[in-house]
Amino acid sequence: MQYMLLVYGEERLWSELAGGNAPFLDDAQTRWAQELVRSGHSRAMAGLHSVATATTVRASEGKVLITDGPFAETREVLGGYQVVECRDLDEAIAIASRFPALRKGFSMEIRPVMPL
Amino acid sequence: MNVGELHRREYGHILASLIRVLRDITLAEDALQEAFAAALEQWPVKGPPLNPVAWLMTTARHKAIDQIRRRALLEGKREEIAAAIAPEENTPVPLDSLRLIFTCCHPALSPEAQVALTLRTVCGLATEEIARAFLVPVPTMAQRLVRAKAKIRLARIPYEVPGDDELAGRLETVLAVVYLVFNEGYSASFGEDMVRADLCAEALRLCRELVALLPAEREVRGLLALLLLNDARRATRVDDAGEIILLEDQDRSRWDHEKIAEGIALVDRALRGGPPGIYGLQAAIAALHAEAPSVAQTDWEQIAALYGVLLGQYPSPIIELNRAVAIAMAEGFERGLELIDMIDLPEYHLLPAARADMLRRLGRHAEAAIAYRQALAIVTNDAERRFLLRRLEEVTGG
Repeated sequence: MQYMLLVYGEERLWSELAGGNAPFLDDAQTRWAQELVRSGHSRAMAGLHSVATATTVRASEGKVLITDGPFAETREVLGGYQVVECRDLDEAIAIASRFPALRKGFSMEIRPVMPL
Repeated sequence: MNVGELHRREYGHILASLIRVLRDITLAEDALQEAFAAALEQWPVKGPPLNPVAWLMTTARHKAIDQIRRRALLEGKREEIAAAIAPEENTPVPLDSLRLIFTCCHPALSPEAQVALTLRTVCGLATEEIARAFLVPVPTMAQRLVRAKAKIRLARIPYEVPGDDELAGRLETVLAVVYLVFNEGYSASFGEDMVRADLCAEALRLCRELVALLPAEREVRGLLALLLLNDARRATRVDDAGEIILLEDQDRSRWDHEKIAEGIALVDRALRGGPPGIYGLQAAIAALHAEAPSVAQTDWEQIAALYGVLLGQYPSPIIELNRAVAIAMAEGFERGLELIDMIDLPEYHLLPAARADMLRRLGRHAEAAIAYRQALAIVTNDAERRFLLRRLEEVTGG
């Protein structure tokens, strides 16, 4: 079954991690992601540009509203994701626990993906 | 054949194996409930079967298969019927009990969910009983259980005993759940009663089961020792009116000396063969209390030393407080006060209560009164509140 691993961290941590570039350029993170591709676990992944580049779309009274910025202003922001095929939650937890940036203050949320 | 007794002893074991076979906790629970209902109906009339546990397992399996067939026909899924024909098994497998305990105590579940699920599925307590024990409305507890089982299913928490690498860490959570259940029964955090004996008994039963299932794990023995040594004193902690009796006033002849003997023997085994664990150390301290004929004759130096070892591995202001009290008994209350004043533990009423007690014994009544009031401002248990009020009256001459 598939799990989406969502990576969260404070904005300043994201810039520190990769010197201002997209987060997955950091060596340790790249190795972690490449290993998941090699092992066949990885189904999809991406690093996201900073929340400063985000645009949010809402509907209000029949009109679509477009605003600058993320859905919600939070201290920790979503910066990337990895979708992995795993046997069960324990396997997903093991993979997430190996994410190197955990030791630099990042968190990873594990969510089971609904089958299509 | 007392079906109630059978339920108490075997519900968790049978359920554990049913879950493995059926791969669905709710289905297994419903089927087993129906099987017990059938037993209550049929056994008084036809007489109990030769192997009651096998009868219950087989009956439950059949009820589950019926349920699956009904669902499959409704949904037009014929493959599900084939999947339900599990191999002939009518004895619970001990490994399944371990699987169930570790699943209920999986770290992906919240601590409240871990406790609720363990009490419901492993111990077989009814939702209403668990709700009452934790002073939570029944619908809230029911919802907690529903959500926990949904999470297990949707996030696919595996029904397995953790591998060797993870076992120690996962066992920590299991033991924490058992300890929490015992403490809830031993000294209620909220409300009227200090002691809820039924939770203590469940925790003890669960711990004994864990010792049998994991004989090589020293900390499980350590926890059992600790629970036995605490439980041995339970009858004397509160008087008939529900008022607290302090250690120095407890009637030691009414302590359960069989439990104490068993606990002390376990402490030895828990401490041998490796570095002492948190429960083994606490059990050793409890053993020193239990062995002593009186408070005055208790080996407080040794207890203080053990708290020191405990602090070395598990730094915590609560352990520091306990150590300060032990040192106060060994070296004098002024020394105790010096140590207590260095501890930062704002929401814990036992800290100002301990200070107040030492000040009282030193005759410093005005300061003691202040400390008793500080404790009263944060105490949550009614029996403890009444005790502190009595002490406050003593030191204010009121």
